[in-house]
Amino acid sequence: MVIDKIKKRIEYDNENDVQENEEHRSDIPVGKWVKCSKCKQILYKEDLHKNFSVCPNCGNHFRLSSRRRVSQIIDEGTFEEFDLKIDADNPLKMDDYIKKLQTLREKTGLDEAVKCGIGKINSEEVVLCVMDSNFLMGSMGKVVGEKITYSIEKAIELKLPIIIFCASGGARMQEGIVSLMQMAKTSAAVKKLNKEGNLYISVLTDPTYGGVTASFATLGDIILAEPNAMIGFAGQRVIKQTIGQDLPEGFQTSEFLLEHGFIDKIVNRKDMKETLYKLILLHKGGNRDAE
Amino acid sequence: MPSKKITAWERVMIAREADRPTALDYIDNIFDEFMELHGDRYFKDDKSIVCGLGRIGRQNYTIIGEQKGRNTKENIERNFGMPNPEAYRKALRFMKQAEKFSRPVVTFIDTKGAYPGLGAEERGQGEAIAKNLMEMSDLKVPIIAIVIGEGSSGGALAIGVGDRVLMLENAIYSILSPEGYASILWKDSSRAEEAAEKMKLTAKDLLKLGVIDEVLKEPNGNAKTDIEKMSETMKKKIVSITKELQELDVNELVENRYQKFRNM
Ligand SMILES: [Zn+2]
Repeated sequence: MVIDKIKKRIEYDNENDVQENEEHRSDIPVGKWVKCSKCKQILYKEDLHKNFSVCPNCGNHFRLSSRRRVSQIIDEGTFEEFDLKIDADNPLKMDDYIKKLQTLREKTGLDEAVKCGIGKINSEEVVLCVMDSNFLMGSMGKVVGEKITYSIEKAIELKLPIIIFCASGGARMQEGIVSLMQMAKTSAAVKKLNKEGNLYISVLTDPTYGGVTASFATLGDIILAEPNAMIGFAGQRVIKQTIGQDLPEGFQTSEFLLEHGFIDKIVNRKDMKETLYKLILLHKGGNRDAE
Repeated sequence: MPSKKITAWERVMIAREADRPTALDYIDNIFDEFMELHGDRYFKDDKSIVCGLGRIGRQNYTIIGEQKGRNTKENIERNFGMPNPEAYRKALRFMKQAEKFSRPVVTFIDTKGAYPGLGAEERGQGEAIAKNLMEMSDLKVPIIAIVIGEGSSGGALAIGVGDRVLMLENAIYSILSPEGYASILWKDSSRAEEAAEKMKLTAKDLLKLGVIDEVLKEPNGNAKTDIEKMSETMKKKIVSITKELQELDVNELVENRYQKFRNM
């Protein structure tokens, strides 16, 4: 009976139609239990979190809050978030948009859909950005674009590698054309970073779509992905409507992207920190030679 | 002639008119010579974007245009002006070549969006658009982008990172179609008209927002009534802006472009 109640609360799992779905399914549910969307096993949350929010039964990677992501990747106590106070923009003068943001801030404890700062990975200093699908599906508006761009410019200034964990339904609809322009802004910043020779590792997590896929997410020197993440440009519903046929099994998954040559490697969450660390070291050698 | 108050939705309708002049209609009129060249060198020649070389007087240009069909047969051939990744890669190939030969680039934007298809995803639609945004931001020659009809989504922006972005009076430029917008935000695509009024997709609104630099008046309130006159207006602008941008040193040109989009 308890389980039944829990089920109701945790049914917000694995909904892939990201553009539309602002409710989410990550790891901030209420209660002590959570159901795996893939194998339907009921899991004790403590166990799930100890296991990197990966189902111990089937390996399903649950969506991760940016806070938990930072703690999995960055050495304890070394993360310093950039102190950026950027006012939200409401270019379309949408009723309620600013209010909605305010409510979300209180509800999630996040100031926006991306958390950015500097921290250490096994003592190696990096700039880290982590998008959070709990905040308007990680959509990119002006504040997100600005924070990502600021972080890239900061990495250039401090001569540090930058790692961006992507999780986004795409552009922030409420900000209209202004959110479209964030694609140009962030991509231009990556170009600047490339000219300076900094390493940029992009990590695609579930979901990465739309304007984020079509900008900084796919511009990393190295592009990693978590297993079975949904990644694409157009949403599946739109594609189905357009071509009038069903989509093949596994379409737009990390594995699909790997097969088609658009990502470098799929990395299990428990190996992510070590993989990033190794990649940083593998690039450090090159820099030393150049000096 | 001062035009009456036209609603955003009416402009959407004009921008979509079947007989709205297309990129090639203008290209033929603006440039003294135009030679279309083909292919992305990887996969195929996607006809939803035309690329080629042309000149005005003694000035050579690289020309890139999203091309809708002028009839059903053409539309099928051109995928209704909805580019697949290879179209963007073709455009990028021509932009890099423009850089090599110090030719300014003129782009004509007119698309309902990048094509949402199976093959497009398999061949990296997102990556193709991202790559264009990145490379255009740093291209070492002047880029003039003109929105002539529908400028929708990343599919438009992918050839739109210009030093100057111009828009015809009745063209629209937005994050996606009003129908798509209404369906995502209100789960009701029939509220497209309402969405259009909200989205700030008209040239006038975008000028105010600082997304574009200039609005070009259409003859008699509609470009199709006088393609030659419309082309003449664009030609004059292209010539004067080219001169202006060529006076900048390359680093200044590129840094100005960076700051332009940096501040949006
Ligand atoms: Zn499971």
